[in-house]
Amino acid sequence: MSDAAPILEMKHVSKRYGGIAALNEVDFVAYPGEIHAILGENGAGKSTLIKIAAGVTDPSDGEVFVEGRRVNFRNPTEAMAAGVVCVFQELSLLPDLTVADNLSIVSPPLRGGLIDSAAQRQRARELLASIGCEDVHPLELVRDLPLSRRQMVEIAKALGKKPKLLILDEATSALTAADVERVYAIIRKLRSEGLGILYVSHRMHEIEALADVATVFRNGRRIETFRKGERSVSAIVQMMIGRELTHHYPDKPAPKPAEPVALSAKNLAWGTQLRDISLDIRKGEIVGLGGLDGQGQRSLLLALFGVLKGVSGTVEIMGKPHRLSGPRSAMRASLPLALIPEDRKTEGLMLPMNIRDNISLASLSRFQKGLRLDGGKEHSAVERMIDSLKIKISDLSAAVSTLSGGNQQKVVLAKWLMTAPGIILLNDPTRGIDVGTKQEVYQLLRDLADKGVAVLFYSTDYAELIGCCDRVLVMYNGSIARELKGQHLNERTIIETALNVDDKEQAA
Amino acid sequence: MNDLRHRIHHNGGLLAAIGLFIVMFIIYVSNHPVGLTAAVATTASNKAVLLALVAMAQTLPVLTRGLDLSVGMVFILANCLASVLVVGTIGEGFAGIALVLGVGALAGFINGAIIVWGRLQPIITTLATGAVYYGIALYVRPGPGGDVQSDIADFATGQLFGIIPTALVVLLAIVLIVWLPYRNSVLGRAAYAVGSNEQAAYMSGVPVQRAKLLAYTLAGLLAAIGGLMLTFNTYSGEASAPIASTYTLNSIAAVVIGGTSLFGGWGSAVGSIFGAFVLRTIEDLLFVFDLDPLWQPLFQGVVLLAAVSLGALRVLRIRNRLELFA
Repeated sequence: MSDAAPILEMKHVSKRYGGIAALNEVDFVAYPGEIHAILGENGAGKSTLIKIAAGVTDPSDGEVFVEGRRVNFRNPTEAMAAGVVCVFQELSLLPDLTVADNLSIVSPPLRGGLIDSAAQRQRARELLASIGCEDVHPLELVRDLPLSRRQMVEIAKALGKKPKLLILDEATSALTAADVERVYAIIRKLRSEGLGILYVSHRMHEIEALADVATVFRNGRRIETFRKGERSVSAIVQMMIGRELTHHYPDKPAPKPAEPVALSAKNLAWGTQLRDISLDIRKGEIVGLGGLDGQGQRSLLLALFGVLKGVSGTVEIMGKPHRLSGPRSAMRASLPLALIPEDRKTEGLMLPMNIRDNISLASLSRFQKGLRLDGGKEHSAVERMIDSLKIKISDLSAAVSTLSGGNQQKVVLAKWLMTAPGIILLNDPTRGIDVGTKQEVYQLLRDLADKGVAVLFYSTDYAELIGCCDRVLVMYNGSIARELKGQHLNERTIIETALNVDDKEQAA
Repeated sequence: MNDLRHRIHHNGGLLAAIGLFIVMFIIYVSNHPVGLTAAVATTASNKAVLLALVAMAQTLPVLTRGLDLSVGMVFILANCLASVLVVGTIGEGFAGIALVLGVGALAGFINGAIIVWGRLQPIITTLATGAVYYGIALYVRPGPGGDVQSDIADFATGQLFGIIPTALVVLLAIVLIVWLPYRNSVLGRAAYAVGSNEQAAYMSGVPVQRAKLLAYTLAGLLAAIGGLMLTFNTYSGEASAPIASTYTLNSIAAVVIGGTSLFGGWGSAVGSIFGAFVLRTIEDLLFVFDLDPLWQPLFQGVVLLAAVSLGALRVLRIRNRLELFA
């Protein structure tokens, strides 16, 4: 270990959201002049750790020290003042302001009490040059920049704050290969200048190329910290696995290849987020969509539902070409599609509206009688849905916002099941709901499949994919990296494919 | 050269508003029976500057992604107060002016304080406080009347060197003394940042609360300056609810025509000035073409729609349909 005093030290730090511990009694130390990689699967506690260090959230328990001093950051500004600067995954740039404005947003150069725009532009030029981004003009608006340039500007902004500890959270996810090399060079240079660097990435080869030290997290706990070369890739993957399979999943039926293909997509592409995606889903099949967060799964579901514009490639439903022109046409296909969205609060529910209106919203045309809605018919259909999904409610006219998370999610499911879909796309439907409801959802999906519905199921929980799906498509960087089924469908293969770890590397 | 291209791009809305105004004003002057004399220009400016000031006031909250429905009421409150306070000798008159401006700034600060610390929505907050301010105006001046220090009033609504309308000079001075320094101050920048993306602004350590407070306070101050100018024009005060409401709504229209986004983060008070000029010129155009003034709302509506449509062109570039609703 380094002789220097730690730049960041956490002692027994815990963070609980509701009853769930996102971080559990974690001890963590980072030294100056070291690149420290943070590893772990989705929900392992990495982002919580970073948020605590950067002052975005405060720990429920435990102590944080920066350069040996006890700190209690109330907001990111205080963390920055102490020298802890974070480049977040969700960009923190202001789209309507120029690059120069953004780079000096906190403490711009002043002259006579006012912002000195010439000096600010000069500063922007220097910062951009320092990361090899001379092609970005300081007066350009951030919203006019492509994503990869924005990410570089974000890094320049962080460097402009003269950090002592720089935290990079998936900072290279949108960069071009040439930029990634530049960022590597910058990070190494910063290390030689004595900065501490925390580096979160899901790309194993990046970590091998950069990190001096790595820490693996799992289920909110720190599993192990080791120096570069002390552990093989295979051992690291093993550390990341280990979530207990506590849930009970419905039995999978024997494969039935005779069923016709319900949904077939060929060579779908959309910008840099989807590349050459082809897939077939048969009737009665549950196909999982796996991989690390943000590899294009969400975009794929949105593309199939017709929400994205300018998707190239073809989609067929029951062998007939289908045009991707919006949710309404997706719902009118020969096998109607339904998309259970990721964020039920913004895309799934009208929170202030009542339960009945929410459930019937997507299928109102069925209850139309002349110019008005047939209230009786609507009511009994909603009641049937509530019974079959066992949604626990006191009153149909209560606002959806009064329900628990699990029951809210059931309302979203009920809304879409009421449209009698032939193809269901699910975007991480069990995130943040209780175990009992999860199991009901699994059973529901299997029952639907048995009735001939085709299901495409994206989940960030590997255990769920293994337990629930007939086969799993693992995505990496916008394309389908691998299809897993039968005995090849296990946690190890999913994590390996998700991290894009090569098989040969494994053998070595 | 490259700098210039960016600057034009940044100020597209402002340039469009200036262009529209110039075209309309040329049509107006060339059809005016007398032509562009100092008197014609002064009358036009005196009317236009009132709305220009209220529109400047409205711009600041809008930049933070808020809205101030009380600007018209503060405008009227300042008018009524001025008809009581700005009297006597020139010295007493100036003391009264300071007092009126102070009350305007205070009214704006109260709006900001309720929005920032009470965490209420700007629209409903300013709707309520606007009614309160109007109520005070009515108490101060239950019926139209009052007086104003006539030396100051005549000066402010007259001409400099017998040719330049003083009201325009006052407006220019306010741009130079209030707007430009504000735009280049840390808190002014913060206002744009807050309107652009409040979360990102907070995460970047931008003083979000102080930025909003200052934006609403300055809005109150600018609206009060407008109210003073109104008093100098009418030599009296009147607590008129229709005038207050008209100015509030027209200020929003002027802000939009001037290229400021109602979604915040984008635009300038100078644009709003020209937006206000455009709205005023519509009225004057109807006059020189001898059209029925009843057409005025219709024409204002058409111009507003055209201006808003220009701003909506970005929708054509959106690739994820969900972003249409963001």
